[in-house]
Amino acid sequence: MIAHEYDSAARPARALEELLDIRSSGPLLLALISRNVKVRYKRSVFGVLWTMAQPATMLLVLTLIFAHEFAARASTYALYLAPGLILWHFFAQTTSIVITEVASGGELWRRVPMPKTALPIASTCSGLLNLGFAALPVIAFVVLAGFPAGPALLTLPVVAVLTAAFALGLGLAVAAAAVYFHDTAELYQMLLVPWMFVTPVIYPRVILPARVDRLLALNPMTLFVDAFRHPLYDNTAASPASFAAMIAVAGAMLVGGWLVFTRCTDDMAYRG
Amino acid sequence: MTWPIAGDRAPDTAVRLEQVGVRYRVAIDPGLSLKEAVVRRRRRRVTEHQALDGVDLDVRRGETVGIIGSNGAGKTTLLRLIARVLHPSAGRLRVYGSVAPLIDLFGMLHYELTGRENAYLTGALFGLGRRAMQARIDAIADFAGIGEFFDAPLRTYSAGMMVRLAFATATSVDADILLIDEALAVGDAAFQRKSGERIESFRRAGVTSIVVSHDVGHLAEMCHRIVWLERGRVVEVGPSRCVVDRYLAASAAEAPAAAR
Repeated sequence: MIAHEYDSAARPARALEELLDIRSSGPLLLALISRNVKVRYKRSVFGVLWTMAQPATMLLVLTLIFAHEFAARASTYALYLAPGLILWHFFAQTTSIVITEVASGGELWRRVPMPKTALPIASTCSGLLNLGFAALPVIAFVVLAGFPAGPALLTLPVVAVLTAAFALGLGLAVAAAAVYFHDTAELYQMLLVPWMFVTPVIYPRVILPARVDRLLALNPMTLFVDAFRHPLYDNTAASPASFAAMIAVAGAMLVGGWLVFTRCTDDMAYRG
Repeated sequence: MTWPIAGDRAPDTAVRLEQVGVRYRVAIDPGLSLKEAVVRRRRRRVTEHQALDGVDLDVRRGETVGIIGSNGAGKTTLLRLIARVLHPSAGRLRVYGSVAPLIDLFGMLHYELTGRENAYLTGALFGLGRRAMQARIDAIADFAGIGEFFDAPLRTYSAGMMVRLAFATATSVDADILLIDEALAVGDAAFQRKSGERIESFRRAGVTSIVVSHDVGHLAEMCHRIVWLERGRVVEVGPSRCVVDRYLAASAAEAPAAAR
């Protein structure tokens, strides 16, 4: 339940109103996150394993194909590949889920009073939990196999949260467009594939010509993927400069997405 | 409960609508795709639908108000406004107190979760955390009366069991204002009586109730006042019996015309 008193003539700006609503919706967010997790793990005995199945399969296939090819540039290719792959998977999944939820949420919002960012936020949080589950085996492997590992690992959760903020912001912005154009979600799915290839997920950055590499740096996902990979791959944390860049990009995306999204939330309940 | 003093508000007002209007934009075509917008520069064709127009209404605390009118008169829109699912596009609406919208009981029910888990989720929707729900969960299970199904996934439920669970959960919330839609009149006779009694007990306890129904006879009995809506406008507000009689007379006069 939102505030106990409501005056349609004294509503704060939409973006602020949503923020106030979500701030008082702690129980709802917790319940939604626990629902997401429960539903996911109930569907099958192998629940938790399925979370990891897709990145694990990709990891296996890509390693089989490219390990030899990239051996000279990335000695332990599987370890180079794994962190970036699970972070990309998290990003792609989270943004897609947010967009789908908003697109199909109109029906729900017409019937049930709830802050409209509640579902997207809860999905982003449960996505973070899944990312944690997927990262654990990689971290365990690094430590147990005796690869150099140190305090750089502590930056992983920070990078994960920044990526989540970026994903949520982008998801909200695209979802807002999807309210008006029904093929936005499909278009986004289509763009995800080339986006992954202009992000250094499956290839080492050093194989690129310097000119292309500079362009790659304009892609925000390059920042996040690199910052998530290197603590695991060669025990180096991202530089303060790249942290500053990540904070700026994630913050701008989240604020921008929030503003765009809350601008059209009143409209959403009207649309079938 | 204390409220901040809000200008001209009478101390016993629960809901106040002043010249409230709601305009929907309805798309005529299935909706525009980005491709079409770019390629053909086509614009979405929309028509506006005035669901509510210049509605004035004061609901006092503890009062039971019924809303009647033919299909499409704006009854549900009015409830949705007060539930804050919709916002007025004109005029001013004020709501003083927490609202329990029994407009849509099935809200967020999830088929893979058990009745118990769904109860917690629904409670959270109304702002009740785990602890608050723990204190109520036995009463909910008891009222629903679905036995061991309470701990089975919802996909194993019959339609009636689903209604029982949803109603038991939604009405376990303490609220100052109760919004009730006719759709609640489902379930078997025994449960209908049981749910009717519960709503009655709320009313006796001084909960403000706003009820939408097509069963005007029943409304006339339970409501202090009735609002008659047609095409988004208030035709009449007044003591239940008078409004209902005139409404029925008008419907009867219209029926032969409609049958022609």
